[in-house]
Amino acid sequence: MKQIKCDCGHVNPLGTVLCESCGKPIEENQHIDGNEGKKLLNMRYDGTARRSKTYTKSVVDRIWSFFSSVKVGVWLIVLALIASMIGTIFPQEMYIPANTPNRDPAVFYESQYGVLGLIYYQLGLHNLYSSWWYLLLIALIGVSLVICSLDRFVPLFRALRHQNPKKHQSFLSRQRLYSETESATDEELETVKKQLKKRRYNIKEKDGYLLAEKGRFSRWGPYVNHIGLIIILIAAILRSTPLFFMNEYVWVREGETEVLPGTNGEYYVENKDFIFETHDENDERFKDALSKEGMVASNYQTDVVVYKANRSIPGEEPELEPVVEDSIQMNKPLSFDGYDLIQSGYQLNEFSSMTFKIHETSDADEKSLGSFTVDLRNPQPEFDLGNGFKVVLDQFYPDYYLDDNGIPASETNFPRNPAFVFSVYSEDSEKPEVSFVGIGRNIDGTGENKYKLGIEDFEMHDVSGLTFKYDRSLPFFGIGAVIFMIGVIQGMYWQHRRIWIHKRKDGSLVMAAHTNKNWFGLKKDIETVTENTNIKMVEDQQELGEKDN
Amino acid sequence: MSLENKKESKKTKKRNRLIFRSIILVVLIGATIFAIVSNSKADNSIYRAGDTAPDFQLKQVSHNNNLESVQLSDLKGKGVMLNFWGTWCKPCEAEMPYMETLYPEYHDKGIEILAVSLDNTELVINRFIDKHDLTFPVLHDTTGEIRDLYKVGPIPSTFFIGPDGKIKEVVNGALTLEKLERSLQNILPE
Repeated sequence: MKQIKCDCGHVNPLGTVLCESCGKPIEENQHIDGNEGKKLLNMRYDGTARRSKTYTKSVVDRIWSFFSSVKVGVWLIVLALIASMIGTIFPQEMYIPANTPNRDPAVFYESQYGVLGLIYYQLGLHNLYSSWWYLLLIALIGVSLVICSLDRFVPLFRALRHQNPKKHQSFLSRQRLYSETESATDEELETVKKQLKKRRYNIKEKDGYLLAEKGRFSRWGPYVNHIGLIIILIAAILRSTPLFFMNEYVWVREGETEVLPGTNGEYYVENKDFIFETHDENDERFKDALSKEGMVASNYQTDVVVYKANRSIPGEEPELEPVVEDSIQMNKPLSFDGYDLIQSGYQLNEFSSMTFKIHETSDADEKSLGSFTVDLRNPQPEFDLGNGFKVVLDQFYPDYYLDDNGIPASETNFPRNPAFVFSVYSEDSEKPEVSFVGIGRNIDGTGENKYKLGIEDFEMHDVSGLTFKYDRSLPFFGIGAVIFMIGVIQGMYWQHRRIWIHKRKDGSLVMAAHTNKNWFGLKKDIETVTENTNIKMVEDQQELGEKDN
Repeated sequence: MSLENKKESKKTKKRNRLIFRSIILVVLIGATIFAIVSNSKADNSIYRAGDTAPDFQLKQVSHNNNLESVQLSDLKGKGVMLNFWGTWCKPCEAEMPYMETLYPEYHDKGIEILAVSLDNTELVINRFIDKHDLTFPVLHDTTGEIRDLYKVGPIPSTFFIGPDGKIKEVVNGALTLEKLERSLQNILPE
């Protein structure tokens, strides 16, 4: 096993850039951090050997060193980005529009997008974001994150814990902040030490060498930050499992009870009442705004009862036992048994029943000869009016429209625009008379009908759209985000400052300093601690170098 | 002696590093596998070919058919075509005549067609049945529970269930007569 022995006697592991003990640059490794031909040393990771760059022995080590490369990490991120972009070229399978003639992906992509669509489908790109290789890519980013962090954190932690104040001259003179003072007295050095302690620097001394250090804590910021990211990534994985996340949507009409989706029929919800309120336009505060903007809603609310169902087999009439009865308002969801029921949509004014009257077509006053009520939720097929009239409901179109062939049809399942075909049987005619009645429509089947039907009254109901969900991964996202933030703060608001001072036997004094950020603050510190002494202020060698150019 | 000690300590150090790295890698690989497997499982909440069709019981509403109610498990040994439809859905309406055409022949061969209507009212279902003279059982899913059970998205959606109670094929979207016949052939009892 090769190792590097420094002139100071310290044995460094292979790949070390700056001697762990005295900081002297190790000749053959200067290319690693790009120090060749430069006056200043790159202080990255304090010049420690990042093992992964040097050892590639066993399989485990090989895998490790592969993932410890930041380059690999960046490439993984780039690949994930490109893959994500490809997924947006054509709609994913779940977004194939419901009204397409054939939603089978095998047919849809080719018929819609031609050859490119076919290739897209055959490559499985229509389910890209849940494909194993996409997930693998994301997971590999996580692996890279973990190994990169560990591989840098461990050597850095060791190096900073076992710092030797005794540094080699070439280490000191190649720091960015550096000064040499021809002669300094011991008293002056004592003053500086006192001042440094006052500024809460930790001081370590050895053989006339001195190291003053503060804020090392700041160096751990990025690693804490990465731990936060990894927790967020884990939370994202958990969220993809049904155990941690569910999101369903259900429409419930007033007075009806529907099964809550996603619970295997365990829960039912009843909509007792949907309340839609608007701001009072006479309210002094809102008057002006409302006159400009028109109606503004002030409340969306559903009064619900949630039931637990008891039945032996799905589809069987369940025995319902109330669990909770409460009002759900927008942004004030109802929580029960770990589920949330959230007000998220509404549809006003569906028809629940309509009352019709019969009158003679020729009667201008439309005097009622009898009336009947059709319950649109459960219409009867026949109505016997008792006075010789019988009405048969031939056709019922809950949401009437004329289809492409000009034939009456229903666009949806919901009684939003009901229309009816009635046969009216009366005593004075053998054959029934056919009438078509809808909102704003009243068409005579033959043009010779003796009796006409008119809408006398109607009742309406509202429909409430409820989101039904749980998300048990949120606490993990929260913890991850907090740790991430702690890491950011740690790295941002603290700085790791180090000052090396060496008083030589001949009375001359060398001072060098390094920080990971805020060089101005460090210079300020040095200025203050060397006040009233002859010790020369450090010079910024980077700035000098720039001037020379 | 000291040289040997050093060698010894280096050996343990190396071994420890290998153990440490192996553990981390195993944990990471484990998490990756878990993520991929659990994700493919999440997709499985939608029933696919090969899964056992979940049992249910629904009221039969067609006046052309004598059954009161139908329980899927009672039809074990028969092939079952489970069709989700609605009267307002045009592609559903288009495939109904095909089903009716093939029903008598395949019913004799041991196949049952169950058409689960997602309509709100029985009246529209029966008017529809009259319009197309449908004779197979039509079931009424009033609360949407069976639709949720089978995770049916947009309709029509059809499940072809073999005599062993396992789903043989799932068809999202409309069927043609030829396609329907091929699928029915597929679920014929022995």
